[in-house]
Amino acid sequence: MSARALTRLPVTKTPKVYIGGAFVRSESARTFKVNDAGGAFFGNIPQCTRKDLRNAVEAAAKAGPGWARRTPYNRAQILYRLAEMIEARSAELVASLVRFGAREADASRGMSVAVDRMIHYAGWADKYEQLLGSVNPVASPHFNFTVTEPMGVVGVIAPDSPPVLGLLSMVAPVIACGNTVVALASEKVPYPAILLGEMLATSDLPAGVVNLLTGFRRELIPTFATHAHLRAVYAAVEGEDRKALRLGGAESVKRVRFVGRDEPWFSEAPGGLDAIRDFVELKTIWHPIGS
Amino acid sequence: MTTRGKSAGAGRPRLIFGSLWEFDPSPETADPKLKARYDLFIGGEFVRPRSGRHFDSINPGNERKLAEISLAGPADVDAAYRAAARAFGPWSRLPGRERGKYLFRIARLLQDRAREFAVAETLDGGKPIKESRDFDVPMAAAHFFYHAGWADKLEYVVPGRTVAPLGVVGQVIPWNFPLLMLAWKLAPALAMGNCVVLKPAETTSITALKLAEVLQDAGLPPGVVNFVTGAGEAGAAVMGHPGAAKVAFTGSTEVGKAIMRQLAGTDRKMTMELGGKAANIVFDDAPIDQAVEGIVNGIFFNQGHVCCAGSRLLVQESVAGQVVAKLKDRIRVLRVGDPLDKNTDLGAINSRAQLATIRRLVAAGVREGATIYQPPCVLPERGFYFPPTLFTRVTQSHRIAREEIFGPVLSILTFRTVDEAIEKANNTPYGLSAGVWTDKGSRILRMSSELKAGVVWANTFNRFDPCSPFGGYKESGFGREGGRQGLLDYATLG
Amino acid sequence: MLPRNPHAARARLLDEVGAVDQVGVEERVAKFTTRSIKKAAKLWGLKTAVSMTDLTTLEGKDTPGKIESLCRKALRPHEDPKVPPVAAVCVYPAMVSRAKALVGGKGVKVASVATAFPSGQTHLRTRLAEVRGAVADGADEIDMVINRGAFLSGEYSRVQDEIASVVEASGTSVLKVILEVSELETFDNIRMASFLAMGVLRPGDFIKTSTGKTTLNATLGNNQVMIEAIRDFYADTGIAIGMKPAGGIKTAKQSLQFLIAVKETLGDAWLTKKRYRFGASSLLNDLLRQIEKERTGAYQAPYYFSDAAESY
Repeated sequence: MSARALTRLPVTKTPKVYIGGAFVRSESARTFKVNDAGGAFFGNIPQCTRKDLRNAVEAAAKAGPGWARRTPYNRAQILYRLAEMIEARSAELVASLVRFGAREADASRGMSVAVDRMIHYAGWADKYEQLLGSVNPVASPHFNFTVTEPMGVVGVIAPDSPPVLGLLSMVAPVIACGNTVVALASEKVPYPAILLGEMLATSDLPAGVVNLLTGFRRELIPTFATHAHLRAVYAAVEGEDRKALRLGGAESVKRVRFVGRDEPWFSEAPGGLDAIRDFVELKTIWHPIGS
Repeated sequence: MTTRGKSAGAGRPRLIFGSLWEFDPSPETADPKLKARYDLFIGGEFVRPRSGRHFDSINPGNERKLAEISLAGPADVDAAYRAAARAFGPWSRLPGRERGKYLFRIARLLQDRAREFAVAETLDGGKPIKESRDFDVPMAAAHFFYHAGWADKLEYVVPGRTVAPLGVVGQVIPWNFPLLMLAWKLAPALAMGNCVVLKPAETTSITALKLAEVLQDAGLPPGVVNFVTGAGEAGAAVMGHPGAAKVAFTGSTEVGKAIMRQLAGTDRKMTMELGGKAANIVFDDAPIDQAVEGIVNGIFFNQGHVCCAGSRLLVQESVAGQVVAKLKDRIRVLRVGDPLDKNTDLGAINSRAQLATIRRLVAAGVREGATIYQPPCVLPERGFYFPPTLFTRVTQSHRIAREEIFGPVLSILTFRTVDEAIEKANNTPYGLSAGVWTDKGSRILRMSSELKAGVVWANTFNRFDPCSPFGGYKESGFGREGGRQGLLDYATLG
Repeated sequence: MLPRNPHAARARLLDEVGAVDQVGVEERVAKFTTRSIKKAAKLWGLKTAVSMTDLTTLEGKDTPGKIESLCRKALRPHEDPKVPPVAAVCVYPAMVSRAKALVGGKGVKVASVATAFPSGQTHLRTRLAEVRGAVADGADEIDMVINRGAFLSGEYSRVQDEIASVVEASGTSVLKVILEVSELETFDNIRMASFLAMGVLRPGDFIKTSTGKTTLNATLGNNQVMIEAIRDFYADTGIAIGMKPAGGIKTAKQSLQFLIAVKETLGDAWLTKKRYRFGASSLLNDLLRQIEKERTGAYQAPYYFSDAAESY
């Protein structure tokens, strides 16, 4: 831009991550530089450390009981409102994806699929119980029923691409069934997650239910693997990283679920119960039937 | 220190519920935005009835005219079915995800205008504003919201089978929960991909026609939902139209039977949600004060205009005196009066005709020897009102123990044992709901398995949820509304 | 006579007084919050609440100066003479004589906490000595704590006997028995403890929810459990016991909801400071704030009222 054309200097935004309902820098104060698709400087993204991950898990654990105790209808409404917030600002998200190299048509389509998928999972919140739970016809005079329960704090490692669609597609089912999330955003295109944090903050989602980190996988995967308070990990990773998560996870008997490069993110077929099923516990209760 | 079984006698110290602290009138002031005259809603437009005729809808709280409602005839009903049939192809072929988003919009728009709808519902039907505001309208929005989420998950309704919509469904709803009954009918039908022709109740058409505005604002494709207002003739036409793949009726058992006779010989699928005479059963180990609250909720909620009302109290003899004494104290602080006053607990009876029915049956109760109790209350001069009423010393043979009164009248019977409670509770042609109050879990489960009722409330009453299937046994009807099970009645399985 | 099997004692006591369904109670009290109180009814409620306030200071850092300030406020909460004085001031035993010198004979009572408030964890003889001391210093009312450890161990006779001893030590002073609802936890326990206490109280004594020193104090729910117990006890015996919710009631709006609960559960005879009190400190100024708003039609700032903590 020539000096003559520049009549007003725009105010740039300082990228911060959304943890515990607040916008913070990394506790290490480290950042890494991102340039846009044209190679121009864009901004300094927080380079989160394992301590940031630790803090995020604390926040998610604090938010957990309250989120789990909300009625399924309430969670459904909150997820729907989150979809409303994202829809309202989808042009901004598309623009940021394009800024970092996406094709406009792909980015646009990706946002539509993302919002519809959020609504899809909002609609699951008060329904999956009827499909995953049951009343069991035992051979004794007992009322026997199986109910689901959220697992607790779940770690999510989002794919590099598609950055927003992938992240939302993984987070939505996990929180729909009452878990809280600590998510690591795309390493290559982290900025849209910064924007997403703002939309999370303006939806009715309570602080700490979803926490978004930015940074490098090689620095954070070991802690995702071994942090005992993460009850499960949902990761878009391959090969050695999968092994690392499984190995580290073994110490605290974590549940792990992986998605691969061939995951059909853009498919308009609705997601199933699978992602929900993997992140709920099943509890079976007996009670005598009699006078 | 003991309280069990005591405090039943005449020497019991009395509490004073008097006028020391009178509440000032507290009317709700939000504007219901009523029109002077309402047209029919057919093919996405408001259209005049062929007959050109209208009838008055009045406010039962003060007998004043509220608006004029179109009188639909067979020709209008036919036009509605044709509009629905035209809309059916595109609507049913929409991806479920898109159909769901229309329903989500309707839910949200209704939530936006919640207060306006609550006032309109209270004016048209007579129920207290507290109830329209806190129960009817939010629950109606919740029904749309819940079913919206099913539209793209239909392959889960019956695992292993495919489901398809039926086509055009005809629906007739009652006057006791006008907007809510509308939501119960529309939401599952639309989620499944059907189109609808619906007739609201004669005395309560206004909120349906307001909802039609919401349907327009939501961009619902024209013809997917059609409202034909009117009287019995329109209702019969809706139920009997050959274009209906299925009909759904909620109303009295008497009219339900008439419809079933009318449709005998056709292949019409149908569901019926009819009357009830529910037993609310209180055992001696029940948490007594909460049981009393549950009894009150059971019969005085919505002035007793509830098909699943707990209209028979079956109380274990050992605590009968105590329960009745507490009930009397509790109903002395119920406020009967102007439905628009935020402090009113019991509003107006829906119509002159219904008031006459209640009076007739109450007179029968007195004549047949039951003992009546009504707390002192001042009823407004204009409008249709009836005080909360208890009958004690009622037996199974009394008319007030057998016939549905549909008013704020509780018949109280006693029992000694569990088996006797079950016998008495089931001794009725109805089977919609029942209540059980006891501290013992195993007894709750036994009673639940033996009571012949489609809904059993244990240590609670009159609880509803969009995901909880609702419907009756025996002459209370068949079919269920709500939950995964409720969707089945709007689908054909493949 | 202690039961050999504590479980049997609990089952017997619960069976005698009856169980409580928590969800049912919460549903009932939710209805109190939808009552709409306006105009004259609102003003009556606000002034009545002022007259029922036990204006309280219970801090380690209380000084004679603080007590003096509290007492002046208690006697004349607002320059408007139509606003009544409060029912009582509530202080630690060390401050009783000072308070009595200031308010004695002027229509405001002096209530003293005693019995090793708030925990109660000292020997009975120490607790009784403290009560006698406070009474001797001029306390018109004593706010005692029950022995929660004994209650939760099933030693119901001991709990009751200790209360009876405090009744005796109180002489002619009114006794208020703090159950400490947060430590009893369940509504069943609160109902049982209420009956244990009432069984040895005199007409005009009170049962009270909390010390205000834990994180959970008076709620509409626990208030309801206790006033229903009071009502049932009255029906059985004809003895009218008073009720005092304490702690957690900060706004005028809340206090009106508590009064509605009393109106609809116990009736008119309990809508008086003789039978209902609010244990509170900041509530008073919010009541005054609302009274002034009713009078002028304008919303008030907190700093217009004496002893207000808020500067902003």
